[in-house]
Amino acid sequence: MRRWITEAFVLVVAAVVAFPLFWMVLSAFKPEDEIISADPVPWTTRPTLDSFTRALTVANFGRYFLNSVVVALIVVALSILISFLAATALTRFRFRCRTTLLIMLLVVQMVPVEALTVPLFFLMRSVGDSVPAFGLNHLGSLVLVHLAFSLPFAIWMLRGFVAAVPVELEEAATLDGASRFRFLWQVLFPLVAPGLVATSVLSFIHAWNDFLFAKTFIISAVENQTLPLALQVFVKPDQNDWGAIMAGSTLMTIPVLIFFMLVQRRLVSGLAGAVKG
Amino acid sequence: MTAKGQGRTAFAYLTPALLVLGGLLAYPIYQLVLISLYDYGQEQVSGGAPLTFLGLGNYQNLLGSQQFWTVLGQTVAFAAVCVVGTLLVGAFLAILATRVRTWVRMTLFLAALGAWSTPAVAGSTIWLFLFDANFGFVNEVLGIQGFSWTFDKWTAFGLVAAQVIWCSFPFVMVTLYAGIKAIPGEVLEAAALDGASAFRTAWSVTLPLLRPIILVVTIQSIIWDFKVFTQIYVMTNGGGIAGRNLVLNVYAYQQAFAASEYGLGAAIGVVMTVLLLAITLFYLRALRRSGEVL
Repeated sequence: MRRWITEAFVLVVAAVVAFPLFWMVLSAFKPEDEIISADPVPWTTRPTLDSFTRALTVANFGRYFLNSVVVALIVVALSILISFLAATALTRFRFRCRTTLLIMLLVVQMVPVEALTVPLFFLMRSVGDSVPAFGLNHLGSLVLVHLAFSLPFAIWMLRGFVAAVPVELEEAATLDGASRFRFLWQVLFPLVAPGLVATSVLSFIHAWNDFLFAKTFIISAVENQTLPLALQVFVKPDQNDWGAIMAGSTLMTIPVLIFFMLVQRRLVSGLAGAVKG
Repeated sequence: MTAKGQGRTAFAYLTPALLVLGGLLAYPIYQLVLISLYDYGQEQVSGGAPLTFLGLGNYQNLLGSQQFWTVLGQTVAFAAVCVVGTLLVGAFLAILATRVRTWVRMTLFLAALGAWSTPAVAGSTIWLFLFDANFGFVNEVLGIQGFSWTFDKWTAFGLVAAQVIWCSFPFVMVTLYAGIKAIPGEVLEAAALDGASAFRTAWSVTLPLLRPIILVVTIQSIIWDFKVFTQIYVMTNGGGIAGRNLVLNVYAYQQAFAASEYGLGAAIGVVMTVLLLAITLFYLRALRRSGEVL
């Protein structure tokens, strides 16, 4: 009997927690007059794609969606390569400064990246003078900063996965005549792939969700905005097109939601592993 | 392989990472401190006026300004409310999750996962819409149509805090749940055999065993909630009317990019970094004390 009450309570909590997302999707499909009605109801009898059409055409959301995808995917690809090499170096080799590097990796994760907007803004300005594609107003600048922000955690987390591959395997590969390079990419890399998936998802989400740096770097080049910024453009005092805003939010949330669902188990155990070191 | 050869290969593997981290993290940190020591405004940026070295002048201005202390106090109070709220909700639900059937627990975790994965900008706008004065569902249910949650300073802070708790309690809940599940059943059975009450078991057995995990999620939450930017910026439209909903992060951003006081903005950034690094040191010590090794 008491378990029954607890379960009912937990289900109510789950409904409350899920409600904002339900409301987002519902409002994205509501016709406009139901959205600006003074008596909103939690259902609709006339679902429509009007809001999505408005978001994609009027606000050019498709373009920004593509920009976000490009930035996030490049960050993920580069972050995989670089963090895999670094994690291998930090687990498979003994050298001076190794412990110092590890501690610095941990400490640097705690630096509030938000505080770095000012110096990074000027850095990207000077980078843009010589390589425009990586300067202000270009997607390259966002790739650079998110790569830097995602690396410390990715390296830190991958260490555990690399360390889990037995050293005997490397010796066996060497005996069989595999070069160091071949061992690295054809044996070790596939074996740590599960770890790479988890770190990639986190890098992707960080780059995808970023609002601050997109806002700081992409000043005048409207065509290079990313989703969070584009969504923010919709929000105008007193004349919000809530239907289009909710359609845009839905488009922005779905990819992350899918990714999260795919790797949630690995993410939680991976996070626990990262915390445990 | 020789020790020297090991070192050389390791260095080769580390080079790309060191280049990126050096150029885009270490160098900007150095630059941040440097800029904070100068009078760096719009004229200096465009080259219209020479750079003047102020030393600690920006910091003096900052520490002498009433607004800075107000914002700092607001930041600490806001973070405290978010951390306490996140921990209480997360811990309470983690405990409940151990007492229900699997399908109920999965329903809760699925809902939490949704909240967890919602991008901050999207989450903030959804909450704004839900609490909209005229078209919001919450006001309709409460029968207070026309009431603006974002106009008053405290309801605005409360709304943002609720949103932050909504998207950050899942991490605490899932982690604590995993921690509770990892406690060996024999330990609890032994406590029961010794005649310990449920409360006594929770207080004297479960809680001490969970302490390392509780510590980690607490400090992690402090670090996250101390630097909330997006939610405040989006939900209070850049820090509220006349800046009364500012927290340090947004304050630094507004000083630098809205007021073009880059030196002052950098100084606020330094203050924030120092505060967070202090918390981090505490974190590292706590980790070491709980027996973790690097």
